[in-house]
Amino acid sequence: MNALQIHPEKCTGCKQCELACSWVQTGGFQPSRSLIRVHIFDEQASYAPYTCFQCDEAWCMQACPVNAIDVDEASGAKIVLDEVCVGCKLCVIACPFGTIFFDKPGGVAAKCDHCAGDPACAKVCPTAAIEWTQADPGAWIGPFGDRVDRDYRAAEEAD
Amino acid sequence: MHGWTGCVLRVDLSTGAIGREELNPDWARDFVGGRGIGARYLWQEVDPQVDALAPENKLIFATGPLTGTNASCGSRYMVVTKGPLTGCITTSNSGGHWGPELKFAGYDLLILEGRAERPVYLWIFDDVVELRPAEHLWGTGVFDSEDAIRRETGIPGTSVACIGPAGENLVRYAAILNDKFRAAGRSGVGAVMGSKNLKGIAVRGTGAVSVADPSALMAAQWAQKQVLSEAPLTSEGLPAYGTLALMNVINEHGALPTRNYREAQFEEAEAISGEELAQTRLAANKACFACTIACGRVSRISEEGRARYTLNTSPRNWKHATEGPEYENAWSLGADCGVADLDAILKANTICNDLGLDPISLGATIAAAMELYEGGVLSEEQTGMPLPFGSGDALVALSEATGYRRGFGDDLAEGSKRMGEKYGHPEVFMGVKGQEFPAYDPRALQGMGLGYATSNRGACHLRAYTVAAEVVGEPEPMDPRATEGKAQLAVDMQNISTAVDAAGLCVFLTFGNTLSDLTPLVAAATGIAYDDDALVRAGERIWNLERLWNLRAGIDPSEDKLPKRMLEDAIPAGPARGEVSRLAEMLPEYYAVRGWSPDGRPDAAKLAELGLG
Repeated sequence: MNALQIHPEKCTGCKQCELACSWVQTGGFQPSRSLIRVHIFDEQASYAPYTCFQCDEAWCMQACPVNAIDVDEASGAKIVLDEVCVGCKLCVIACPFGTIFFDKPGGVAAKCDHCAGDPACAKVCPTAAIEWTQADPGAWIGPFGDRVDRDYRAAEEAD
Repeated sequence: MHGWTGCVLRVDLSTGAIGREELNPDWARDFVGGRGIGARYLWQEVDPQVDALAPENKLIFATGPLTGTNASCGSRYMVVTKGPLTGCITTSNSGGHWGPELKFAGYDLLILEGRAERPVYLWIFDDVVELRPAEHLWGTGVFDSEDAIRRETGIPGTSVACIGPAGENLVRYAAILNDKFRAAGRSGVGAVMGSKNLKGIAVRGTGAVSVADPSALMAAQWAQKQVLSEAPLTSEGLPAYGTLALMNVINEHGALPTRNYREAQFEEAEAISGEELAQTRLAANKACFACTIACGRVSRISEEGRARYTLNTSPRNWKHATEGPEYENAWSLGADCGVADLDAILKANTICNDLGLDPISLGATIAAAMELYEGGVLSEEQTGMPLPFGSGDALVALSEATGYRRGFGDDLAEGSKRMGEKYGHPEVFMGVKGQEFPAYDPRALQGMGLGYATSNRGACHLRAYTVAAEVVGEPEPMDPRATEGKAQLAVDMQNISTAVDAAGLCVFLTFGNTLSDLTPLVAAATGIAYDDDALVRAGERIWNLERLWNLRAGIDPSEDKLPKRMLEDAIPAGPARGEVSRLAEMLPEYYAVRGWSPDGRPDAAKLAELGLG
């Protein structure tokens, strides 16, 4: 099954992914409604697009008291069923990664649904920092974390 | 409205009054946005004779209809005001995220009037607009000010545009910085902001930019980005080396002004080139909002350099990362001062960002001072330090002194024209209308000389980038030494660049895109049936309006000139050896192509034709 693989070291911080995602959500350009967010760490010369990992053990799903978060069979993504969601925000609290949002009109939660199997963010990324590819959704985070850790230690030693 | 938000935010700093008004739709159509609509409002509201630093001058931040859209490079805003360096209408452009945030907050334009009694900053969060005290930030650099303002707003995603001590101290070429490293750099817009006691403008928008024809816009932006991803400069050159890719190229053409324009080749250009930066100091490429090119350089001072220079970008700056240098800055702080130390350049460039200075004018002014020092006009007593060409330490020390107007920095803060005049040597000023030249020798590239002389904001490379034709060969190669055809080239480029500025796009995308790639974007966003001709016409209209402003401000057409050194002193060595600028051959033709009178004034018929009558 495909997943979004993120390569922060390729990201330039342009936010085309946010624009594309918000376009899918709203039909306009509104990064505040994007379900993928680029974090800009100027001091670290690092930019990181960041969205739902589609956890196997999805805490958002487990926390939801009305079963409004379901698995989309086709894409494997966890999706919010708008008509079921009662807007209690327990999923927002439960998500350890902060990738469930509550900005949508209608008072329902919103999260990345992989655009039903054709994610707009990956398509527009000019540097292939976001890839839609066959992989475990969390596969990129380990090596990335190791690299950041290594850089940090190296910098500390250099000082 | 689509593309535009349709709303103008007006803040009277004297009274604290905050008002919203409808964007004039006729002006929006005719002047498009950004530089154009800013000029139209300035024309309407500010007497060109006003003192640039008086409360009666206004400071306009203007976005374009494509700012905040997903068009590549749709990040730009333009600061429009009367500039204290030139006395001309001043249009300084910046990218980053500030312009799009203003659009998302719901405003096309922000007009600032009057003068606050005490230092303040403006906080815009969608409909919430308030002036907040900034006395505690006065005197603080850009980096710390931005961090502090962001902390105080508490809203993630807030973008801050602010001035540093240079703007507060009314340095005539003080810049406005946003997102720490992006600058509305030239002509002293930061001093205007400082004169208004306005430290910064923090903005966060959660709203949307809507477009008139979504499917047309999507098609146009895919096509536009496709071109950028295939053109050599925008897909390879700029991502690999940033604008600094030009250093070796321009040097090889013998057009790299060196040691205050006395030479046109720098023997150590290699040491300050994009290739050198990429190999030894580049940490990452950085893009402005929506940019698919990412020419921004995030760089680190070398380990050896770290022993001499520390960067004060942030206490958490564990990678010792800063941004830059751009080609222009590496030239002005480097070749023009004879400095081949990339670490000193990075340090000086970082000081410019933190104190809020235009590195082009700063470097060029220091270069002029170095010439005076070596000529025995300035003594070490006057400058406070030895000031030979090539001294990286003097460059760094004087960059800081200038931002604070300390010691000799107080003279440098006036720019090289006034500094040269003060010491009885006006001939060391290398620029036009009070503004220092950028990094292309107009003797080696004839078109650039004409572009500098006729630019409405004083010497500028971005108004008519004839380098594209004269060096790169785009859209068609032209002989850099020839004057034939340069008038038409300059006019065409001026009009097109003006239209790109007005749309809210970055002129760098013209390294790949032609106007025909961009017109469908503007049309789809606004729902107005612009074609290429209409946008060129809008560019021409804006250009003429700026010219009218300058004429009314008392800038005589006789100011369309170059320094004697460019006209009489031949380039001593290199491929362009023996060349001088032949401006006199091009200028009358330029006026004719513009449809102006032989003495350089738009006549009534021209103005009527452009709807400016």
